[in-house]
Amino acid sequence: MAELQVRLTAADFEPLHTDQEIHSLSRPSLSYWQDAWIRLKANTRAILSLYIVLGLLAFTVLGPLVWDVDPAAQDVDQISLPPGADRTATIVAPYAPWSGGSVLPAAEGLRLAETPNSENVRLLWDPVPGAASYSVYRSLFDVGEDRALGLPLVDLFGADAVRFEDRLDLSPRTYHYSVLARDADGTELDFQTLEVQVSRVITAEQALERGLIDSLNDVQIGDEVLMPLHPFGTDYLGRDMLSRLMHGARVSLFIGIAAPLLYVLFGVFYGSTAGFIGGRIDQALMRFADFVVALPFLLFMILFKIAFGIGPGESGILPMLVALVLLSWPATSRLVRGQILQIREEGYINASRLLGAKNGYLVVRHMIPNTMGVILVTLTFAVPSAIFTEAFLSFIGMGVAPPTPSWGSMCNEGIKTMLTTPHELIFPALFISITVLAFNLLGDGLRDALDARMRSTE
Amino acid sequence: MWRYTLKRLIQGIITIWFIATATFFAMHNVPGDPLINDRSVTEDIRANLEAKYGLNRPTHEQYLIYMGNILRGDFGISFTQKNRMVNDIIREHFPVSAILGILAVVFAGLGGVLWGALTALYRNRLPDVIIMFLVILGISVPSFVVAAIAQLTLVNLNDLFGFSVLPVAGWGTLWHMLVPSMVLGLGTMAYLTRLMRSSMLEIVNSDFIRTAKAKGLPPTRIFTTHQLRNAILPVITVLGPSIAAITTGGFVVELVFAIPGLGRYFVQAVQQLDYTVIMGTTVFYGAFLVFMVIVVDLLYGWIDPRVRLE
Amino acid sequence: MSDAITSEDSLTRAAGRQLLTFAFFAIAGIALLMVGLAWASSLTGAASGGNNAVDPETGTLTVFLREEPPQLNSSLSTDQVSGSVLGHVIEGLLRYDEHNRLVTAVAERWEIREHGATFWLRQDALWSDGEPVTAHDFVFAWKTGLDPANASEYAFILYAIKNGEAINRGELPTSTIGARAIDDHTLEVDFERPLAYFDKLVAFSTYAPLREDFYLATSGAYGADADKILYNGPFVIESWVHGASLRMRKNPLYWDRERAKVEVIDFAYITSDANATLNLFKDDKIAYATLQAENLNNAMEQRWHIDRFMDGSVFYIEFNHREGRLTANHHLRKAMQLATDSAELVYKVTKLPGYLPGESLFPVWLQGVDGYLREEYPANYPAMDLEQARWHLEQAKAELGIDEFPPLVLLTGDNPISNIQAEYYQQVFRKNLGLDLKIDKQIFKQRLAKMLSGDFDLVLAGWGPDYDDPLTFGDLFASWNLNNRGQYRNPELDKWVRVAQNEQDTKARMDAFGEIQRIIIDDAVILPGYERGVTYVTHPQMKGMVRRAVGPDPDFTNAWIEG
Repeated sequence: MAELQVRLTAADFEPLHTDQEIHSLSRPSLSYWQDAWIRLKANTRAILSLYIVLGLLAFTVLGPLVWDVDPAAQDVDQISLPPGADRTATIVAPYAPWSGGSVLPAAEGLRLAETPNSENVRLLWDPVPGAASYSVYRSLFDVGEDRALGLPLVDLFGADAVRFEDRLDLSPRTYHYSVLARDADGTELDFQTLEVQVSRVITAEQALERGLIDSLNDVQIGDEVLMPLHPFGTDYLGRDMLSRLMHGARVSLFIGIAAPLLYVLFGVFYGSTAGFIGGRIDQALMRFADFVVALPFLLFMILFKIAFGIGPGESGILPMLVALVLLSWPATSRLVRGQILQIREEGYINASRLLGAKNGYLVVRHMIPNTMGVILVTLTFAVPSAIFTEAFLSFIGMGVAPPTPSWGSMCNEGIKTMLTTPHELIFPALFISITVLAFNLLGDGLRDALDARMRSTE
Repeated sequence: MWRYTLKRLIQGIITIWFIATATFFAMHNVPGDPLINDRSVTEDIRANLEAKYGLNRPTHEQYLIYMGNILRGDFGISFTQKNRMVNDIIREHFPVSAILGILAVVFAGLGGVLWGALTALYRNRLPDVIIMFLVILGISVPSFVVAAIAQLTLVNLNDLFGFSVLPVAGWGTLWHMLVPSMVLGLGTMAYLTRLMRSSMLEIVNSDFIRTAKAKGLPPTRIFTTHQLRNAILPVITVLGPSIAAITTGGFVVELVFAIPGLGRYFVQAVQQLDYTVIMGTTVFYGAFLVFMVIVVDLLYGWIDPRVRLE
Repeated sequence: MSDAITSEDSLTRAAGRQLLTFAFFAIAGIALLMVGLAWASSLTGAASGGNNAVDPETGTLTVFLREEPPQLNSSLSTDQVSGSVLGHVIEGLLRYDEHNRLVTAVAERWEIREHGATFWLRQDALWSDGEPVTAHDFVFAWKTGLDPANASEYAFILYAIKNGEAINRGELPTSTIGARAIDDHTLEVDFERPLAYFDKLVAFSTYAPLREDFYLATSGAYGADADKILYNGPFVIESWVHGASLRMRKNPLYWDRERAKVEVIDFAYITSDANATLNLFKDDKIAYATLQAENLNNAMEQRWHIDRFMDGSVFYIEFNHREGRLTANHHLRKAMQLATDSAELVYKVTKLPGYLPGESLFPVWLQGVDGYLREEYPANYPAMDLEQARWHLEQAKAELGIDEFPPLVLLTGDNPISNIQAEYYQQVFRKNLGLDLKIDKQIFKQRLAKMLSGDFDLVLAGWGPDYDDPLTFGDLFASWNLNNRGQYRNPELDKWVRVAQNEQDTKARMDAFGEIQRIIIDDAVILPGYERGVTYVTHPQMKGMVRRAVGPDPDFTNAWIEG
């Protein structure tokens, strides 16, 4: 092995001249949050869902300002209208009981006494020899060979009962009326059918009440007016769906955001206290959290919900919120405690401590930023589950009290009319889906952006 | 191991006591009266009814009596299902909920692993896109909507074929179980698929897979023994709590599909303020949940030797 | 580089194959598991369904129950579902036939006097264990119903029997009951006071017989299971799987075997979910299903046979008449009465054919002197008149000395129909009178508790008939009636109720009901909403199903399968 000779001179101990090139960073220094933001921005899906979330918030907060329609205003003349339905209505005189007369030219058999409209259809027919009673039916479809008569509207007894006024839930469409005559034993005798085209009508008073006209003198009987616009249709009491969706969003998003915020906050406080103090107190606190975790969630949700009760006129959002918070905090607190315990043992904490950092500095500089990621992610994932809980409670009839709308209760109402007026289910369900999806994707994005260790390899 | 199990069991028993106490006092604070009915009765009859159910004693006394009865395994008699023991109600209806729950969890677990693995394998290709779309649907549509739509689909399917392919509602045979349990497991399946997918992708890039490849192991071996097995672990962790959540959360499916499970009884009991049934089901479900968590924890230690119990 | 891709692809392919195997095993495993679970569930006996709605071969009719019968002890049962089931398997002295006429059942003939009645029982009426049904069984059943220890909620219906009320209050022993068996087949009853409609009462299930030895042998669990009931009706319960199904078979020992036309009535589903029953009907699994307003269009599209009937009950808003309540004010109630239009509620909100706009406390089907009560005594309900309503409101304000009404509390249940109505009324009173209503939605028992304690201003309530006499509605607002939850007190009304209770002459009684109706409308004691109808679809092959307002409903005893 050759001997290496190193000869040192005094010049070797001279400090190097400061090299600007080496010390200048190629990029500006980034804080944790700036870095996270950049990473989040790179994630198209997350950004998109962030925009959706912001859009939903705008829909909830600004929507009612733009679309200023009372969500509780009922219009029994426009029930369960699909979006884009015809809005024209003819002005008619106020309803007056029918004397039995006919203004239309006399005809044979089953006929109309007056022009049929959405207020009433007045039917007349000739007495059938030997008939003791008549039954009137109404169908939306052709009666046909199989004699599908449709809805039994009335049974009229007596041979002279030859007129009937139908006022039941008439909408502007074609109806097929049938009158079935029976003899005293109930044997079917004769059977007549009439196709009736019903048009939408409204009285001048009703038009005034809805603000369609300025004064009663503006219109005359027979004039046409346009009914109020309902871009998303109306519900089972003729209320504006769009307005209800906006106000329903307040409930659903409030529950969805406030409840997680509250219980995550409480969970963070509880968990970090336990993690920080450690020892016996930590053990006791965590055992208690374990107990609460063990409570069957939905069962207790229902139980708490009724135990707190809803007073008259209250919507019941608050009890729901309290119940959610009471039952959901332990998960977060366990997570945060675990994180704190873990971080406490990390090398950089020790290093920081060795460098003389105080407890306060450690918490603010290291612990909070490092747990913040987990907390934020928990928060975004908690939103969908809270929204679902509200919807579920509405389904079993324990959701918000009427007339407060919520997406969950709207869905529940919509399910019943799924086949005939699907828009009543589709819109609220769609809003729930979009919200849940947006928060899920946002949560994914945040997880990737905030915590490199929890990053999914996408 | 035994000491750990024993400790967990003791903790479990304390937890059940906690649940029973919490339920008891929550319930007795519910405004309203379990003995009221549509037709009002006289004071005397009311007093007789109160005596029959022991409601004439002070609450704390009722609590002690109730706890004593629970210790003897007696949940009392139902308020609404007159003359029926709550024990009988649980014994007859819990198996139904449990069967539904087990099947749902199996569907969710197997399905989640399968779809998750598939999506990870065919990342960003067509199968991935299709499955992930379905997963998103599964996560974001409320279960009662899914259940209603599933039932409607069944009806139309049967109508289309002209005979009963699958029953629309009810309980009893194999075929009754299929669709309800799938609906019940759907949300969990979707969640597990996502979990499995990301866990698979994480593992594909890990060192030991690279080592295995470098060693020249056959791809089949790599996939089963290394990738799949390691990727399943997080799925199993999540599975434990979801078993309990699914079994106790089957109300919606039970209501929609007319299944005589315990969940339906609970909802009904709450609406009727049937004290004994509420208590019985909550305590029983709580015990079941606690037990399942212990079992899963023990199982986990067995599957993954790296996890040291305690 | 290309090499890497091939290796990656081969891995994918291999993994794909692996997954396929995995999937295969998974499916096989699930199948196996399901077979195992199906076997396990058959052990628990919770089986339901499978049959078609009608099976002419075996004479099986498959239908559903709205809910699980809480109990089938005829002397204690109170609800409609139990009533419907009991109507098939238990028979009292008299019963209603398919035309809703009172006919003989266990009693062969009967005689009602001013102070009592005698029933002669038929010899061939047997219990399902072969023993004859005797007069003692009725006396025992009535004692059971009245025994305060049993706390029967329907004991009041037995108060017609002498000493009934005193026994039920515990003032007299059960042995003092005014009913005795002269011999095995002769039953004599003394009345507490003259009674014109005792024959209608004995058709009620609380009056059905119970056999003492069997009853005592069940040690308090009578009616809790299929084998803990003794039957004497046209059917016996073959199996009762709680919460799942209830299956009836023709009773071979029934005295009038011709009456039951089908062999088996299988209540194969127990569900109150309207969508589920409708889907089952569409799938040909049940022979009838109830329609909600939302399903009507679909039912028409399916070209189903749609039927309707009035279930006999009336629904209304009940005011709180307690002192100090705003609603105790006559003018306020009048204002609200004149501001509502029940026709709008029925035609635009409930939307079901068969519902009738409410006008009176008495429903239209009640019999009067010769015809219908409501035809003989028209309600003359005031039409909506906003001007007058507002005048009454001003009067009310003046009387109460307030400028503005605080919001009134409208108590309601948690079912969807009452929610819709509550929302509707809220809007109506806001629009027409400027009155605000707060909706107080409570679960069943909480709502009842609040009604009883008077913690409401208005409540959505209803009343169904217990027996076929106007008195079942007529005494509702008598000051002593416990079900008068608004505590309406009016000596004049009380006077007419007493007349209706004690008078023997039909005309005089009906006049009294006419007066009661007038007072209730004039004083706006309630706001009638509607008389409820039920719209339902039936299987084209099932005929003869009976729906009725009083008595077991639905009744399949006379039903048969065509074709």
